[in-house]
Amino acid sequence: MMEKDVTILAIESSCDETAAAVVRNGREVLSNTIYSQIDLHTLYGGVVPEIASRKHIEKINQVIKKSLSEAGVTLKDIDAIAVTYGPGLVGALLVGVAEAKAISFAAGIPLVGVHHIEGHISANYIEHPDLKPPFMCLVASGGHSHLVLVKDYGEYEIIARTRDDAAGEAFDKVARAIGLGYPGGPKIDKISKEGNPDAIPFPRGKVEGSEYDFSFSGLKSAVLNYLNGCRMKGEEFSQADVAASFQAAVVDVLVTHSLHAVKEYGIKTFAIAGGVASNSHLREAFEKACKEEGIEFVHPSPVLCTDNAAMIGSAGYYEFIKGYRSGTDLNAVPNLQIGEKQGVFLAK
Amino acid sequence: MKIIGMDSSGLVASVAVWNDGIIQAEYTTNYKKTHSQTLLPMLEEIQKMTELDLNSIDAIAIASGPGSYTGLRIGSATAKGIGLALDKPIIEVPTLEGLAYNLWGCRDLICPIMDARRKQVYTGIYEFDPDLSVIMEGCAMQIDELIDKLNEFGAEVIFLGDGVPVYRDVIESRLQNEYRFAPPHRMYQSAGSIAALGAEYFKEGKYVSADDHAPGYFRKSQAENEGPKNFEV
Repeated sequence: MMEKDVTILAIESSCDETAAAVVRNGREVLSNTIYSQIDLHTLYGGVVPEIASRKHIEKINQVIKKSLSEAGVTLKDIDAIAVTYGPGLVGALLVGVAEAKAISFAAGIPLVGVHHIEGHISANYIEHPDLKPPFMCLVASGGHSHLVLVKDYGEYEIIARTRDDAAGEAFDKVARAIGLGYPGGPKIDKISKEGNPDAIPFPRGKVEGSEYDFSFSGLKSAVLNYLNGCRMKGEEFSQADVAASFQAAVVDVLVTHSLHAVKEYGIKTFAIAGGVASNSHLREAFEKACKEEGIEFVHPSPVLCTDNAAMIGSAGYYEFIKGYRSGTDLNAVPNLQIGEKQGVFLAK
Repeated sequence: MKIIGMDSSGLVASVAVWNDGIIQAEYTTNYKKTHSQTLLPMLEEIQKMTELDLNSIDAIAIASGPGSYTGLRIGSATAKGIGLALDKPIIEVPTLEGLAYNLWGCRDLICPIMDARRKQVYTGIYEFDPDLSVIMEGCAMQIDELIDKLNEFGAEVIFLGDGVPVYRDVIESRLQNEYRFAPPHRMYQSAGSIAALGAEYFKEGKYVSADDHAPGYFRKSQAENEGPKNFEV
């Protein structure tokens, strides 16, 4: 069916990772280069947008060149450039967008603007070459918590979203409160293995009027109240028990809501994506729950869960082959909605 | 020799093509759209209009700072992307020198002032004798401090830049020397000036690789200034 290979150069700079990748036919990763700034931001306990933007501009050309050379290609071999244009930190996004547009313009290569979350979802296409829509995907990261029905390539319906904090954000805040530091996700995951998940009965957040939406701010407050209570009483608290009990509450909510939606919509395949999808307890819990329900469970490897450009190359490929193109006026959109477009479809 | 000039350091977006001593095209807008929506479409427009073969350019001159952090980065990333695609170097033209070049040949002291917020301006003092020479290096300073300095010099001054409308009253009430303000068509950043001054830099071998270029902000980020202990994300 495929007449000719399509090779895409992808660029991603929505947060604190400067990333570029070369992806063939949406599934085959020829290179996946990530320059992580995490050490810089760890000093401040979170991502500082201005520092992130400054680092992006210093590193972006080197990252793109490394990605091309590792893939063994030059710009002459590239059929399209895919770039993340939202959602994310606007100053950070703008570096990747301006760079991608300039390369596209100067080298005469078509441009495709890509939604960051659609990229995360597409990481599953890379990991599982046989995966095809429809499937349900939970995207959970520091900035996002969405349950998305993937109806077809590039066609999405949002089934649920968080009403307050993103799941990863809750991990970061709780990790800070119990003295684990930043980034919270991996640290809570690690220490939880030594703790009792049933030690403290933290609440499972519900959203009135919505079966599927998430809420994590109540849970976060419950953790903070518990810690305050311990301090007032002069009691020591167990970092491991608090972490494990908090993590259990988050995972419980994510699994319950997701599986409920999967059954309700009659979907046979369930996927996870985003930074929180690296959480080992979350993976185990979904593995178990899906098995019990006879649902196929897929997830990307950890390197494809973090922000990376390979996933943008995959999502960009499916837009590109549908004829979708962005122009030199493509702008960064910090609150870009899933399915929102800034470009045109070529006439067939 | 052909040079693309760009300036997106302030409210103005401006692109130009300099070709052997001639400004072959210049396109400047001062409109509410973001630089991300204007700068590259404008360059695309003049490239089509003047049938410019991008491969024939020798370098890209960019207003390298100071200015709006985001504006500078849009210009820099655009220049770096073009440089990467065509394997061309970047000429870093300090924004304030580019502004001073708007008033080439003027016999007054030339004092560009850019609104740097926090009651400061990005400024420098320049004169032509006959080439552009720097009397005071570009920096961020309080407007009152700048006026004290200019009063010491005692020479006639011409001001330009987006700091003029903000600090006009302060200048009028405190400056003791003769002074003027640049006319509207010379008041703001112009890519023609960046390209023309960039060409001089290029002849002197003053340019960097597209990979190595980054804006000169004149200031650390707020987080770095306050330090990790005092700055909460």
